[in-house]
Amino acid sequence: MPELKIDTKTIEGWLAEVMDPEVPVLSVMDLGIVREIRQENGNLEIIITPTYSGCPAMDVITAQIRLAVAGRGFKDVKVTQSLQPAWTTDWMSEAGKQKLKDYGIAPPLPKQTVCHPDLFQMEEAIQCPHCGSWHTKRLSEFGSTACKALYQCQDCQEPFDYFKCH
Amino acid sequence: MRELINYTLHLADNSLILGHRNSEWCGHGPILEQDIALTNIALDLIGQARYLYQYAARLINENPGASDLIFDASPVTEDTLAYFRDTRQFRNCLLVEQPNGDWAQTLLKQFLFSAYQYPLYTALQKSADKELCAIAEKAIKEVSYHLRWSGEWIIRMGDGTSESHKRLMHAFDELWMYTGELFIPSEEEKLLLNNGISANLVSVKESWMARVEQVFVDANLPLAHIRDQKPTIFQKGGKEGRHSESLGYILAEMQFVQRAYPGNEW
Repeated sequence: MPELKIDTKTIEGWLAEVMDPEVPVLSVMDLGIVREIRQENGNLEIIITPTYSGCPAMDVITAQIRLAVAGRGFKDVKVTQSLQPAWTTDWMSEAGKQKLKDYGIAPPLPKQTVCHPDLFQMEEAIQCPHCGSWHTKRLSEFGSTACKALYQCQDCQEPFDYFKCH
Repeated sequence: MRELINYTLHLADNSLILGHRNSEWCGHGPILEQDIALTNIALDLIGQARYLYQYAARLINENPGASDLIFDASPVTEDTLAYFRDTRQFRNCLLVEQPNGDWAQTLLKQFLFSAYQYPLYTALQKSADKELCAIAEKAIKEVSYHLRWSGEWIIRMGDGTSESHKRLMHAFDELWMYTGELFIPSEEEKLLLNNGISANLVSVKESWMARVEQVFVDANLPLAHIRDQKPTIFQKGGKEGRHSESLGYILAEMQFVQRAYPGNEW
């Protein structure tokens, strides 16, 4: 029997259907957490990296990735977690950032500015995803999930989540 | 191997116990945003603990006889290590198990610990042990958030009202005695340092002290209060499994379900 070998792009296409359960507009491909796809002797291994250490979505994501590739003819499917190099929002796709914005979450800034421990740093300028104003204020650097901070727009007054750069 | 297992458990226990302590605030924070902040930090810490327990479990399973821990179930998992060890087998520092007290005490505990974890994990990113290295690289991004958030609160409280200042000074008197142990290397740490695996606690302490003193100055807290403490006040023993009475109560609550219904899942 010929060994099954599927184009990596095709597998990535399947994974683009696997959504983050906490931010359902982003797929695991948009998030940039799929680090490697390996095929050997008809077995498939997908290596993913967590966004935050305690992210409770990782177990669900692992299960959903298995489901997405199940029944595609692989003998065995393995989803492995790798910690190094550590995930960064730089790996999020541009399409993913646009989807976040459309969903009402401000996407991470392209340049990482807050990941050092200096106290009382200048707040980052974050654009309101609702009205587009830059006149916004941070309410809390911790939000509804580990990856988000809570902001409020000073013009339209709407509170919003900011997917903080990491 | 035994030393590496014990050291990994020490790092894991520190994160788990402080994470558990912080989780006690869930639903009780002074305002919603700060409640969420503290529970987010708890989640990060418990996440770090999971990686470390998973690694320790793997080492224990792959090296039979290397650990002196004996469990009924096999193979050993992260859950076995969190739920089926007793107080004497936990290796966390005394600091992390101390009661939350008020907001000042909780935040000072978090700050003193984050200020220690930051240089510790910075050093571990160069560890000869690749797994510890990877966990440290992952965790330090989160630790920098914890350090910034807790440090800002120390300044806010110290430099705030007379009441917040008084409470912070009280918290200091409750907790300072538990900081000495952080920098006294255990037998494992000494041995692993020679192999380039564990961190050099002398330089970790220098970095810790510099940061703590800076925050104390910014918070209008008297530096003399730190510097004039007698060395005899410092408590130790956590790394060797000799704990304050608090740990037993934490484990009783945390382990109850797994002890009563072993292997039970949600």
